Amino acid sequence: MSGTALDPKTAPAFPIAARAAMKDSQLQRNVHHATQVIQTKRARVVAEMADWQELREAGEHIRRHTMEHLDFYLQEFEVNCARAGGIVHWATDAEEARQIVVGLVKASGSDEVIKIKSMTTEEIALNQALESEDIHPFETDLAELIIQLGRDQPSHIVVPALHKNRKQIKEIFQREMHLADLGDRPEDLADAARSFLREKFLHVRTGVSGANFLIAETGGVCVVESEGNGRMCLTLPETLITIAGIDKILPRFEDLEVMLQLLPRSATGERMNPYNSVWTGVHAGDGPQTFHVVLLDNGRTGILADWESRQTLHCIRCAACQNACPVYRQTGGHAYGSVYAGPIGAILTPQLQEMHYAQSLPYASSLCGACYEVCPVKINIPEVLIHLRQKVVEQNAAQVSSSFDIEALGMKAMAVTFRNERRFRAAQRMGRAAAKLLPRKDGWITWLPGMLGGWTQMRDLEEMPQETFRDWWQKREKDDR
Amino acid sequence: MTVETSSKLEILRRIREANHTSSGEEAARNGWKAVPRNYKRARVHQKEVMLDLLEDRLQEYDATVIRSGRDHIAHHVALRLEERRKNRLVIPAGISAGWLPAGFEFVLDDGLTFKELDALDGVLTGSALAIAETGTIVLQNLDGQGRRAISLVPDYHLCLVCTEDVVETVPEAMRWLQHTATLATTFISGPSATADIEMTRIKGVHGPRTLDVILYA
Repeated sequence: MSGTALDPKTAPAFPIAARAAMKDSQLQRNVHHATQVIQTKRARVVAEMADWQELREAGEHIRRHTMEHLDFYLQEFEVNCARAGGIVHWATDAEEARQIVVGLVKASGSDEVIKIKSMTTEEIALNQALESEDIHPFETDLAELIIQLGRDQPSHIVVPALHKNRKQIKEIFQREMHLADLGDRPEDLADAARSFLREKFLHVRTGVSGANFLIAETGGVCVVESEGNGRMCLTLPETLITIAGIDKILPRFEDLEVMLQLLPRSATGERMNPYNSVWTGVHAGDGPQTFHVVLLDNGRTGILADWESRQTLHCIRCAACQNACPVYRQTGGHAYGSVYAGPIGAILTPQLQEMHYAQSLPYASSLCGACYEVCPVKINIPEVLIHLRQKVVEQNAAQVSSSFDIEALGMKAMAVTFRNERRFRAAQRMGRAAAKLLPRKDGWITWLPGMLGGWTQMRDLEEMPQETFRDWWQKREKDDR
Repeated sequence: MTVETSSKLEILRRIREANHTSSGEEAARNGWKAVPRNYKRARVHQKEVMLDLLEDRLQEYDATVIRSGRDHIAHHVALRLEERRKNRLVIPAGISAGWLPAGFEFVLDDGLTFKELDALDGVLTGSALAIAETGTIVLQNLDGQGRRAISLVPDYHLCLVCTEDVVETVPEAMRWLQHTATLATTFISGPSATADIEMTRIKGVHGPRTLDVILYA
């Protein structure tokens, strides 16, 4: 039922996918509208917090501290969760996680599962794995339901169907739920989802969720949501399976006081989202009586090992950086070829792939810094992007074929030129002479040859002045004397 | 149950290699204490201002808030139920009999099935506490609040909040909840809602679509 997952291994490079997205004006309108609404709401509720910067500061420190003691906190979580009746599993990669979950669902005796929106299960393509074993996953988050019924892919971390407008959603629901008379007011669409899923909530015996936070101190799990579908999946099934990245740990219950202020305001521009659930293992007579947690590495320890980019793991998946990003707002999420799109996706995806895939993503940014400014835990995304660009270059340079790479040769020649003043001046003179031959329009150069053409593909270059700054400075000094 | 699998050992090994060290309890506790917490952690408003704030914030989420004296709770419960045309409500164990007006059917939750809950008109519960700044009510599996399903499956939630249980900030709430942190806990901020369609918050998807709050002294 679900389409092909967004897979960085097979996705086209960002510039190619982005060009296609830029041609879809409906998509652009939808993404623009939604990100505009959410940014305005966020700005309003952030502005009313006089201590917002202090909260960000605390958030950053809590996350950094957690990563420094991750081995201790994961074990503390495991012990406390187990004491409360939960069963903790560890998965080194996506394949192992899929096997564990499929095995647990089979053991629960169910061939259907109800699912809460979870980017981690998208990351490991869990639905495809379940379907290949004849287990039917029902997405219950409204946006994920739209994606699933539309055989589409998520384009945003918090609002996965943000690229669809109400008319498009109505068409999908009409077709898939057989509702000929369905209206297109958001209320009509929400009501349709309520009736469509209610039966499933009351009868399906196994639930699958992600997690926003794992609390080491208590062994508890916290899920933050809006619709109540999360509460349904966490409360009504007999068996609950939660899949969480190892980065989702929080040291103490008290740390929620920071995260539960930062996350809702940053994510949906609300002072608090409608529902937060915290549960600890198994509660007698209340909720699932069998509870599993799968702790997933899948490349995260590799990110932890890179000291300049480990702050990527501090992310709490609010998507504020996506909403603020001028590149994302033009292209939407699919162009990133990964379930993690936007600025955080541009740094997270290539690293989860050990830099072997998605190499174009660190370049999918103008480095304007808007992402850093809105990040609730102060991840310096531009800094990480530059670090990753360097890694991409180094990795490519390490390959034999790149000895003949024109870009690498050009960069080497440039380094030689820039290191010596005489050579630099000569190069400037040559450049000015060559520039005279280029096609122009009103003092602007509109075309550059070869690799330099990348610059003029999207913009014009101002004509070079007759005199360089250095020449002018020297002349000025002479005149002064 | 904890199992020493090779995957667990491998992940812990990778983390320790990445961190160039293995962490222990003392180092973790000391590091945690050093986290700067210069954000607001205590109430700044007078009590009445704080209660007004709670009321405003709840109303902004589309919840209806009624103020009541302790002696008039049953009266206000009756008024709410009449206006909403609700007759049969589930109640958790531990609800004060004095809150329940005559003329309505209150069904005690003694392990009702989900189907039975779905067939009822609504639920009446107390609450553990409320947070004024965010318009949030917290329920825990305690007397008068009950298990999670009863405040979830029925379409209408009438919730009683005592003014003594209102705090201003999220940090105060977490401190309050610390000693019952391992109970099943639900934070409710307004009725069920979604912003998944064009980022517009609309009321009502899977949880109770109507939330009424009686704030009593």
